[in-house]
Amino acid sequence: MKKYTSYFQIREDIEKGITSCQKLVNYYLKNIHAKKHLNCFLEVYRDEALARAEQIDQKLTRGQAGRLAGMVIALKDVLCYKDHALQAGSKILQGFESQFTATAVQRLLDEDVIIIGRNNCDEFAMGSSCENSAYGPVLNDLDHERVPGGSSGGAAVAVQTDMCLVSLGTDTGGSVRQPASFCGIVGLKPTYSRISRYGLLAYASSFDIIGIFSHCVKDCALVLEIIAGNDEFDSTVSQKEVPSYSTDLNYSGKAKIAYIKETLVNHGLNSEVKNKTLEKLDFLSHQGHTVEAVDFPLLDYVLPTYYILTTAEASSNLSRYDGVKYGYRSSNGHNLESMYKKTRSEGFGEEVIRRIMLGTFVLSANYYDAYYTKAQKVRRLIKEKTKKLLSHYDFIMLPTSPTTAFKLGEHTSNPLEMYLADLFTVQASVAGIPSISIPNGLDSNGMPIGLQIMADDFQEANLLAFSKYIMDN
Amino acid sequence: MEIDRKVLQKIAHLARLEFDQNSEKQMIASLSEILDWVDKLNEVDTTNVEPLTNMSHESNVLREDIAQEPLDHERGLKNAPQRDADYFRVPKVLE
Repeated sequence: MKKYTSYFQIREDIEKGITSCQKLVNYYLKNIHAKKHLNCFLEVYRDEALARAEQIDQKLTRGQAGRLAGMVIALKDVLCYKDHALQAGSKILQGFESQFTATAVQRLLDEDVIIIGRNNCDEFAMGSSCENSAYGPVLNDLDHERVPGGSSGGAAVAVQTDMCLVSLGTDTGGSVRQPASFCGIVGLKPTYSRISRYGLLAYASSFDIIGIFSHCVKDCALVLEIIAGNDEFDSTVSQKEVPSYSTDLNYSGKAKIAYIKETLVNHGLNSEVKNKTLEKLDFLSHQGHTVEAVDFPLLDYVLPTYYILTTAEASSNLSRYDGVKYGYRSSNGHNLESMYKKTRSEGFGEEVIRRIMLGTFVLSANYYDAYYTKAQKVRRLIKEKTKKLLSHYDFIMLPTSPTTAFKLGEHTSNPLEMYLADLFTVQASVAGIPSISIPNGLDSNGMPIGLQIMADDFQEANLLAFSKYIMDN
Repeated sequence: MEIDRKVLQKIAHLARLEFDQNSEKQMIASLSEILDWVDKLNEVDTTNVEPLTNMSHESNVLREDIAQEPLDHERGLKNAPQRDADYFRVPKVLE
């Protein structure tokens, strides 16, 4: 079977009788089996996906199929799917099965997607390489010695290797955009609050958002328009109307694009990544778009702000994993308190423990103002300064990551080094604005480079249309 | 910012975590290094800047409070590590 990179091709071929849901599912299952060593699936819903494919094929024949019939997807291991296991890449959720389905997942099911399995990820979405999973690291299919990025690395590799067409990840500080960049695919982080988080395991609640992996922008747009929008189960989701992103993808006119000088003179920036970014900016300028360099002196402060606030929120969100209501419970505790401590110390991995400790520290009485409040103030400055840029420009462009996919083990000995992998993605997360990573060529090792484009709040329609324009040209 | 053993133990207790001697040493080193790095924020002048405490674009979106049973009893208990017919079971709270 040919490799499909667009849902619209699939739907067309189904209508012509060239393919069917059952053929597609069998094809993806074969790929999953052949590339098991990549460790990107924690569970494959083989029989279920085949049975559902048969049902949806019948619906298609009757002309009653939903808008996503024929789309096969996978879910990062942090999204609830009723009566299916969910572990967040952690030992502490051993044996846990979701009691309900996340709103975003339900909306896709209602339009007849087929869910083929659950993707490996960094434990509780904390990591930039997919090496922090209790179920082993995920490998990048383009070079098995390299990481796929993280934390949604399994979901990215599943799309990269044609094990499904689209997958859902989550992006707190770059966890969709950075793996998309490392794997050579499209990864979208929408505006904060654009998509309901009901049924998403919380990491840092003022940052977390569901994101989408796909090969083409149009698939991403279609999935977004179906999962976005208000939800009575999530009081933080935006009530704003959801545009029909997928039918509004023609970009006409000339864009005003800013690029941040500090991102391109950064000492950690790989020269090939830099050159590809400059080439793209040059190209756009030649096409008649306005491309201007701007200053963003706060760049150095974005990552520290991000780490103080996300670890603080994580320490609170992860307090629920205590061995009482679900998951792993240590048998070594002799009373309630020691049961809590043993369960958490044995159940969580090292990076999660580090972040809980850091977060508890910055929230503790003596240090709260010096760290937590200070970071909230700097966050306001970063957000205001970013929004100000976006009042003059349509887009801000920068590399998605300072490097291409690094080697397994390259940054595992020093957490700070690993944190720097998020240097360019955290700005959009701290500011809450939408941002996308699209492929921007390969380095001399054949590893993909990502181009990141940020836009103002709720400007996804514009952002997606412009991304498509760049990918088509 | 240097973390000492006393601070680490206090934070660990607040977070309901515990460390053996070896991991305690590593955690002290690692946290101290990260805190040194985030201390960089002190270079930013935040005089008269209000902390940003809410990222939502709309606040207090309320819906009608309708009584319903989103999770039945058995489903609620289904993931319990230890349970009886009605309740989650935990180790003794009082000695």
